[in-house]
Formats: sequence, structure tokens, C-alpha cells
Amino acid sequence: MNALSIDTAARKAWMGLLARTAPARLAELMLDLPPHAVLRGPEVGAVMVRGRVGGTGQPFNLGEMTVTRCSVRLEDGAVGHAHVQGRDKTHALRAAVLDALMQTNAAEALEARILTPLRSAETAARSLRAAKAAATKVEFFTLVRGEDK
Amino acid sequence: MYVAVKGGEKAIDAAHAWLAEERRGDPSVAELSVAQIRQQLALAVNRVMAEGSLYDPDLAALAIKQARGDLIEAIFLIRAYRTTLPRLGASAPLETAQMAITRRISATFKDLPGGQILGPTFDYTHRLLDFKLAAEGEVPAAPTAPASLDAVPHVTAMLNRDGLIQTEAEGNATPPDLTREPMEIPTTRPLRLQAITRGDEGFILSMAYSTQRGYGRTHAFVGELRIGTVAVEMEIPELGFSVEIGEVELTECETVNQFKGSKTEPPQFTRGYGLVFGQTERKAIAMSLVDRALRWKELGEDNTGAPAQDEEFVLMHADNIQATGFLEHIKLPHYVDFQAELELVRKLRREALAHGEAAE
Repeated sequence: MNALSIDTAARKAWMGLLARTAPARLAELMLDLPPHAVLRGPEVGAVMVRGRVGGTGQPFNLGEMTVTRCSVRLEDGAVGHAHVQGRDKTHALRAAVLDALMQTNAAEALEARILTPLRSAETAARSLRAAKAAATKVEFFTLVRGEDK
Repeated sequence: MYVAVKGGEKAIDAAHAWLAEERRGDPSVAELSVAQIRQQLALAVNRVMAEGSLYDPDLAALAIKQARGDLIEAIFLIRAYRTTLPRLGASAPLETAQMAITRRISATFKDLPGGQILGPTFDYTHRLLDFKLAAEGEVPAAPTAPASLDAVPHVTAMLNRDGLIQTEAEGNATPPDLTREPMEIPTTRPLRLQAITRGDEGFILSMAYSTQRGYGRTHAFVGELRIGTVAVEMEIPELGFSVEIGEVELTECETVNQFKGSKTEPPQFTRGYGLVFGQTERKAIAMSLVDRALRWKELGEDNTGAPAQDEEFVLMHADNIQATGFLEHIKLPHYVDFQAELELVRKLRREALAHGEAAE
């Protein structure tokens, strides 16, 4: 049971990473696809993005975003799914194939060859943005006022 | 007497060919790429996404190029496109408290956890034209400072610890969707927020400004304005759990407003809320003011008859695609309608003249 929940957490993590990644970067890292049957898609559609009133209250519809979904089955039977941001069908196909491959013995090698570079690039980009934001943080100086004398 | 006519096909084709040529402009000037628009006119792209109500920066940039920079025309293109997309589902409500911050300021507290982060803002620029931009040149890298990737708490959450501000009603009800069901008045706050976030920036700005000038005054402070990216998560039926399907840039504004209290409520601050796709802070601030003004009934405030308190007036006129569609259609052929008017005026004139002659 514990192992299963860890697997789900790990799968959520790689699916999220693949959804956010730039399609071109994934294509560079994943030139060849293993034999696979496409079960669904790739299909471009929209997902209604919801917010909450006041950030914490009732949900409301903020607007849609484009999403492409795809499901595949590998020859060994492993099934992979993908929902990726944007309208790039090859992005969704690659993400679905990789999701399936990550459930096979190839997982460790693919983790090192594909997911790790994608994750480090994302972390680097986020850190750089946070560092630029931090440089714009206001440092207030308290001035000595007359009545303090 | 006019009759219905067909024709103009050749003229229309020629007009569209000329439009394409004018869109391209002088061929000796390099053509704009969609990527250039996305990168360098990012705030226009954000506005088109927000009011087009579809988050896709590449499509918004393409629409801006096609529309020759007419943003309402670009929004029209995006609205038309989105109707062709199958709806794959709805996301879990966004966790804006987990936003990766690029800008976060509070006008109510100077010192607050997470600090005042200015981000890439026009504020404090002198609004003098920068002629250096007329020439090509390298831009120096922005400075960096050590940062943490921890989430920054909402200002209103801190106020709420002391019960000084109204708690938002919690719930997980499926919100109404005006893209599926026509909006009916009276509305609910979730439906109002959907209408305002996709409403015209100029209209929402003017409505908000009118409350500041006294037409439905709400005494708003910007408790917090934050811009950054938030993960979008959706439950995937075939998986049985939710996954991140991407991330969106958002602007969120929470206002803190005066409230005297009522028979059932002790005096406390109330809130207005703005949440908009992209870096769109003018719109988000305006949205939060209009949201607060429209809450007068629920908070037991007086209806002063101000336009910003009239939800039918605000919500039915906020959509620039509906507005421009109805406005601009009057330039299209109305030959038969007008013929009827012409006949009527001629008849009335004949009668009036005959009446005049009879009286003499």
C-alpha cells in the first residue's frame, strides 16, 4: 500500500514535469519512440481553469487553457497517459509514451536521461526568476525623526 | 423600392487581399514573427488571453498579428477559436497561495512576511520616452539576490487570524459557467467574477474608477497584489488521481475595504477580489473594486443608484465582443430596414403636410 502511494506520487511528479516542459526540449531528449499503439488522440482541447473567490472561497470559472491529451499502449501492455499544456500533438504523444515507459524496466535509465535534465532545467529557470524577484525586494530604512531626540 | 441584392464578392475578395498587404506593411521592413510578439508584446498577449478567456500565449500572439494589433479584434479571433475546442474537463481550483512570485506588494502593511517584491514593474519609471529603444542593443542582465522558493502567505490570511476581515464562504460547488448557460440576473459572486475577469479592461477600469470618485464608494485599500505562476491541476478519470497539466501566469488582487458591521456581524474589513490571466495588474485591481461594489446587497449596504452597484448594467456591458458585435453590425447593410423607415417618414411627412394645408 505504501509502495503504491509512492508510485502514484512519483507518477504525478513526472506527468506534471512532462506537461510543463517545452515541447522542443522533450523532442531533443526523446528522438525515437518505441513501438506503441495510440489508444486516444492526440487530441487538442480546452480545460476550464477555476479559481476561488478571495483565493480561499467558492470556486469560479477563470477561463480556459489549451491542453492536448493522448493515451498509448506499449507492446508489453504498459499504458501511458498525458495531458500537456498547449496544442503540440507530438508533445502529448511523447509524454504519453514516456509515462508508459516509466512503468517498465526502462524507468531508471529514462529518469536519468530525460527526466533529470528536464527537472534541473526547470529548477534552474525557477531559481533564476526567484532570484531576480528577490533583487527587487524593498529594504526599508527607518529615518531618525525629530521627536526621537 | 429596393429589393434584396446579392453581390460584392469581387469587392470583398479585393478588400481582403488589400488587408493582407496592409497587414504586412512595407516589405522592405522585416516581418514580425509570432514569437517576437509573444516575447516582446507580452502584455498585449496577456490582455488577449484574459479577455479571450483562453490561456495560450502562442495563439494570442498569432491573433494579434492577424488583427494588425487591434486587440479587440484579436480577442474576437480567440473567442471564435475556443468555441471549436472540445472541453476536456475543469481544473481543481488554483492554489494562489502557492504562487511562484514575480511581484507582490501590499499597500496596507509595510513589513510583512515575504516582503514587498516589486518585480518587473512600470511603477517608479518616469514615463519619459526612451529613445534608446529606437535602436537595437543588448539589454544587461537584471540583478539577482539569494531567494527562497517557499510560498508567500496571503496578506488577508494574516488579517483573518485576528478576525479583522471577513472570511470567504467556503464551498466546492460546481460554479456556473456563462460560456455554457446564458447569464441570468441576479447572479452569484462566482458568475460575476467570471464575467468580470473576461470583461473589457477599459470598461472595468472605468467602473472601478467611478467607485473611487464617489459613485458607490467602497474605500478600498490594495491589501495585496501578486503576480506569478501557479500550477494547474486536474483530476484525470482514467488515472483516478489528479496531475498537473501545466502552469499559468496570473495577477491576483485582494482589496481590504471598510465595513461598519451590522446587527449580526461585528465591525470588520471586507474584501474585493480580482484574478486575471497574465500580468494584468490594472485589470486585476479594477476587478477587485468592481467585485466589492457589486457586493452591496449581501453586505447590507445602501444602493446609491451608482452604475457600479448595478450588476445588470456592469455585467451585461462588460464583454467587448458582445459590445463590438452589436455596435459594429449597424455598419453592415440594413437596406430593407432603412427602406421601411424611409417609407414611414415619407408617409408621416405627407400626412403632416396635408394636415397643415387643411388647417390653412
